[in-house]
Amino acid sequence: MSNTAIKVENLSKIYRLGEIGTGTISRDMERWFKTRILKQEDPFLKIGESNDRANKGASDIVYSLQDINFEINQGDAVGIIGRNGAGKSTLLKILSRVTTPTTGKINIKGRVASLLEVGTGFHPELTGRENIYLNGAILGMRKREIDRKLDEIIDFSGVERYIDTPVKRYSSGMYVRLAFAVAAHLESEILIVDEVLAVGDAEFQKKCLGKMGEVSKGEGRTVLFVSHNMAAISQLCKKSILLKHGQLDILDDTRLVINQYINLSNNESNVYKAKEEDQVYITEVQIDNYKGSFFHSDEIIFKVKLQDINFNCTIGMSLLNSDKTKLFTSIYSLEAHTKLIFVKIPRHVLMEGKFSVDFAVFEGEIVHEYVDDICNFDVIDIDSDLSIYSANTGSLKINCTWH
Amino acid sequence: MKTINEQTNNHSPEWDLVIEPQSSLFELHLADVWRYRDLLWLLVKRDFVSFYKQTILGPLWFFIQPLFTTIIFTFIFGNLAGLSTDGLPQPLFYMAGITAWNYFADCLTKTSTVFRDNANIFGKVYFPRLIMPLSIVVSNLVRFGVQMILFFMMVGYYAFTGVDFHMNIFVLLFPVLVLMMALLGLGLGLIITALTTKYRDLAFLISFGVQLMMYATTVIYPLSAAPAKYKWLIELNPMTGIIEAFRYGFLGEGVMTMSTLGYSVVVTIVSLVLGVVIFNKTEKTFVDTV
Repeated sequence: MSNTAIKVENLSKIYRLGEIGTGTISRDMERWFKTRILKQEDPFLKIGESNDRANKGASDIVYSLQDINFEINQGDAVGIIGRNGAGKSTLLKILSRVTTPTTGKINIKGRVASLLEVGTGFHPELTGRENIYLNGAILGMRKREIDRKLDEIIDFSGVERYIDTPVKRYSSGMYVRLAFAVAAHLESEILIVDEVLAVGDAEFQKKCLGKMGEVSKGEGRTVLFVSHNMAAISQLCKKSILLKHGQLDILDDTRLVINQYINLSNNESNVYKAKEEDQVYITEVQIDNYKGSFFHSDEIIFKVKLQDINFNCTIGMSLLNSDKTKLFTSIYSLEAHTKLIFVKIPRHVLMEGKFSVDFAVFEGEIVHEYVDDICNFDVIDIDSDLSIYSANTGSLKINCTWH
Repeated sequence: MKTINEQTNNHSPEWDLVIEPQSSLFELHLADVWRYRDLLWLLVKRDFVSFYKQTILGPLWFFIQPLFTTIIFTFIFGNLAGLSTDGLPQPLFYMAGITAWNYFADCLTKTSTVFRDNANIFGKVYFPRLIMPLSIVVSNLVRFGVQMILFFMMVGYYAFTGVDFHMNIFVLLFPVLVLMMALLGLGLGLIITALTTKYRDLAFLISFGVQLMMYATTVIYPLSAAPAKYKWLIELNPMTGIIEAFRYGFLGEGVMTMSTLGYSVVVTIVSLVLGVVIFNKTEKTFVDTV
C-alpha cells in the first residue's frame, strides 16, 4: 500500500564562497580549455573533493547539503526543521527544480507544486482575476483547470468585492490571501511549502494551516513543510526531518525530532554573572536544567548563587514575557548566610513563547538589589491540550475550575 | 541510511520526475514548454494589458513610435543628408526598414535581459524558462502586427496616389522573414542573457550595440547605395539580407539574392540552436550565480 513518492539519494549541493567565477572571460576560457579540452582537473573541484568536515574552514567551498538520503511515502506530511543555514531552503529549491543538485539524484512520483513564496509573478497593474490566471499558470495549472476552480478560489480568498480591481490597490493582507487561495487550489500529488505562514494575520494563518491539513489528511497528498513554528509542524506533520549543517541529522516521529532540535539550540545569554562580585548580593543565576528550549511539560529550575548575607531578607523572582511584561512574582524568605538556593517553575504552566526573569533581594520595603531581564529561554508548546489551536492562547496556563 | 519506510519496494516504481545534476546538452524539455503553453498566452496578455493601462492613448502608442521615427528619418537622412532610397518615396522606404528593424531589435534587447528581469520569479518557482523569452517574442509580434497595419496604410496611400512601386511574388516570403527576424533576435538574445548572468557588462554593450548595429543594417540606406569598401561588412550582418528581401517583396526595390538570404537563414539557425542550448545550460544554475 505504501508507495514512495520522493526518493532522495546522495544529494549534495556545493556553493562557492566569495566571488563566483574567476571574474574575467579570458580566465574562464582558460579554465574551460584546460578542463574540457586538455582534460586536466579543475582546480576548483579538486578543493571540493578533498573537502572534509575537519578542514572545511580552509576551503572556499561549502556544502549547503551533504549526502542527504531519505524516502517519503505517498500521503505523508513531513516537516523539515533546522537552524538558519542548515540547508532547508536549498533542499526545497532543489526539490522544486529552481536549482540543480551538485551530485545525487531525486526521484519523484507525481506532480510537484511548490510554494516557496506567496504571490510569485503577481503583476500590480492586473486585476485580481487576471492575476489568478497568471499566478495559477506560473504554478503549473492549465487555463481550463483555473476556469473550473475560479469561483472556489475567489471564495476562499475572501476578496470577492475587489476581484476586478488592480492588485496594486489591495492591502498587503488581501494580496497574500488571494495569492494563497490560488496556491491552495493547485492539483498536485506533492505539495512543497516554505514558511508561508509567517505572513498574514492569525485568522489567515489558521486558515492556511487548516487547508494544508485537509490537503494532507483528507486528500492523501504528500506535503513537505518547512517552518520554524514547532506547533504548526507538530500539528501538521507526523514525521519530520532535522537538518544540521547541511546533513540529515534524524528522520523520525515529529516529537522525537523536535526534541532533538531543541537540544541543539545554542545557549547564549542564559547565565547571569555579576560583574563586581563584592558589591552585590546575587552573584550568579543560571537555569540548572537548561536545554535550549523547554516543552510545556518541562519544569524550569533556576540556580541562584548569593554572597554571604549576614541578615534575614527576602528573595523574589518575576517572570517576564517577550514584551518584558511581568507575568507573576514569587518570593521566599531567605535566612542569613544562605549561599545557594534553587527556584522551580512547575511544569504545565508556561505556554509557547520567549521568557526571561528578574531577581531581587529586599528587606521589607527596602530593595537591596534588583537584576532585571536575565536568563532568556524559550518554551515550545506541542504537548498541552491547547497546542492544537493555532490561535494565541496566552503565555501562562492556569487550570481553572469549571462547574 | 535513514528512511521513513524501512521496507523496500520490490517493484520499481515508475518515476514521473528525476532530478539530476548534469543532463545532456540537448535535453531541452520542449514537451514541458508545450505543456505550459497557457502560461505563454497569459504572459503575452499581461505584457499587452500592462502596456496601455493608465495611459491616455492606450494602444495608439504602438503607432506613434514608428510614425515619428519615420518623420525624423525622412527629414534628417532623406532631406538633410540626401541619402538614396532606391527611387522609392522616402517615408515608405524608411517605414519598411524601421518596422522590420524594430521587431528584431525589440526581440533582441528584451530577451537579452530575461534572466536579470525575472531573477526573482525564477528563484521561486519552476516552469520551463524558455517560456519567458518566447512570450517576449510573441508579445512583440503583436506589436509588430499593429505597426504593419500602419505600413500597409502607407502602402495603400502611395498606391492610390499612383506612385510607382512593384509589389511582387516575393511578398509571399513575408511570414518566413518575420519568423527569421524573431528567431534571430531570440537566438542572439538568449546567448547574451545567458552570458550576462556572469558578465554584467555585456548588458551595457547590448543597449547601445543594437543602436549602432542599425547603422550597419540597411535601414536608412539601401544596400545598392552602400560604399563598395564597406559593403562586405554590411552584408555580413544577417539582418541586411532580411530587410532587403522585405523591401524587395513589398516595394520591388532592394538587393535580394539567394546567397544573402541563405546566409541569413544559416546565421539564424545557428544562433537559435546555440542560444537555446546555452540558455538551457545556464538556466539550471543561474539562481546560484545571478
